[in-house]
Amino acid sequence: MDIEERNKKYNEYVQAKIPKTKNFPTLIYAFVVGGLICCIGQGIMDLLMLIFPTMSVESATAWMLIVIIFVASLLTGLGIYDRIGVFAGAGSIVPITGFSNSITSPAVEFKREGIIFGLCAKMFTVAGPVIVNGVAVSIVIGLIYLFL
Amino acid sequence: MSKKIGKQTIAFRNKPSVIGFYSVAGMKEGEGNFKDYFQMILEDDLLGENTFEHAERRLFELAIKNAIKESGCKDEDIGLLISGDLLNQIVTANYAARSFNIPLLGLYGACSTMAESLAVGAALVDGGHYNNVACCTGSHFSSAERQYRFPLELGNQRPPTSQWTVTGSGCTIISNKPSKIKVVNATFGKVIDYGISDVNNMGAAMAPAAMSTIIAHLKDTKTNVEDYDLILTGDLGKLGSEILMDLMEHEGYKLGQNYNDCGQMMFADRQKTFQGASGAGCSAIVLNSYVFQKMLKGEYKRVLFCATGALLSTTTVQQGDTIPCICHAVELSVEE
Amino acid sequence: MLWMYAKVFLVGGFICLLGQLLIIKTNITSSRILVLFVCIGAVLEGLGLYQPIIDWAGAGATVPIVGFGRSLAKGAIEAVREQGLLGVFTGGLTATSGGIAAAVVFAFIMALIFNSKTKKF
Repeated sequence: MDIEERNKKYNEYVQAKIPKTKNFPTLIYAFVVGGLICCIGQGIMDLLMLIFPTMSVESATAWMLIVIIFVASLLTGLGIYDRIGVFAGAGSIVPITGFSNSITSPAVEFKREGIIFGLCAKMFTVAGPVIVNGVAVSIVIGLIYLFL
Repeated sequence: MSKKIGKQTIAFRNKPSVIGFYSVAGMKEGEGNFKDYFQMILEDDLLGENTFEHAERRLFELAIKNAIKESGCKDEDIGLLISGDLLNQIVTANYAARSFNIPLLGLYGACSTMAESLAVGAALVDGGHYNNVACCTGSHFSSAERQYRFPLELGNQRPPTSQWTVTGSGCTIISNKPSKIKVVNATFGKVIDYGISDVNNMGAAMAPAAMSTIIAHLKDTKTNVEDYDLILTGDLGKLGSEILMDLMEHEGYKLGQNYNDCGQMMFADRQKTFQGASGAGCSAIVLNSYVFQKMLKGEYKRVLFCATGALLSTTTVQQGDTIPCICHAVELSVEE
Repeated sequence: MLWMYAKVFLVGGFICLLGQLLIIKTNITSSRILVLFVCIGAVLEGLGLYQPIIDWAGAGATVPIVGFGRSLAKGAIEAVREQGLLGVFTGGLTATSGGIAAAVVFAFIMALIFNSKTKKF
């Protein structure tokens, strides 16, 4: 038998053989945890605007993001965030706390290779593509608006 | 009389024997199905070191030192240390060997290293080149994870086809002195690639390699599946084992009750490792605890130990290559 | 008040649910999910579709990484209106500098304090 054909058949067979896990619960967990993180964010915003009545929604949002980024970073350092992640999946990846986790986790992990070439150089191994792509898209959108 | 039988198998006419073995297992492994068999279970998987790479070296040192002790030999009696691991440039094996006054032969066979080192060691003893050799391999979950996958603290979910790299190390001393367990022959495997590129489905990638080597062994030695008390693959996991059984059946061999897989047996279901265990340490610690102990008790008389390995690197994965795999088989038997 | 939090919960949860659906269906890595969602956020803002979601659901739309993409695009659009071509380059990162700087500096501090630990499960 032709090798390509054999491999194709084998891949199809393996795909069919992979156990169908119960996906439904993980969707619920992701929904609930993601929703809760957003609610905590909203709570921090409301609290900030209560304490500083003159604060604009934009500034409150910015402060709120900084606060939850800090909390996620701390939980990552303590080794708690990855346990939430095992349970919640995208529920703790998609919020900005997941972005913070993806920067802090390589930093903590690669500290052992030194501050400069370990911690600092490896900090963006996971989150780097996010910033690169985000900036690239924002520049394209900026250019489009420039010529509109 | 030729020492090569059939196409891929070499026979050890002088029957080198296993005179000592030792396994060190991590905490999670120590809570699994083999907890009563491991000679040592760690309480701290850093072993007081600063990095996981250092800890892995300490694992190797512990396994080698204690296996030599167990065999009744001294360091200077061991002619050669045959060792390998999963990290780049097999640093663990190389660096751990600094602690011993023994020449080193470094091997890389990924997770198949235990069978590979046993086969090479037995051949060297059988040929009369050495009296005693030490064969050692192992792995560490955390060092493998940071080399092959993601940082430990990253909050992601493991896919349902993934396996858990074992923290542990096993060492076997092979000698020309008589003992109960003999190494009878060994089959070196071909590199097999069935076009699987999913790094989270190693079982499926490695199963065809296991099939190739097992069939080659059975043909070369003119034996049947039923002739063995135990046919044990390395770390195919639950899914990989099922695939192997299907593949073998397709070729006309029926793996029955006497077949099992170290990766599948290692962890209890409650430990949430999906398809089971993997890593060089997986087959090493099962062989050097459970299997040899059962053989000494006489519960297994003839064992075919087939450790499987996926020969990938992070670079080849990122470049989109499929995963080449290998499997080496070693036949062990009990002789009074 | 309670209705506001319900909206935040529903929208935030729904975005995460979409991410989880992607993980299940395609075994996508978390890095790719973040990239995808940031780009989606930026494009939605470019089309003027994301502001209404934020007005309706507040933190439910700003906390998910989609909101980060939206900030990048919004910053670029606003800066273009004020500064022209220069704004194309300065706008995106200026608007998101708070979040990035916070993530970087906290990561640095945490890395100095903590060591990575083996996963239990």
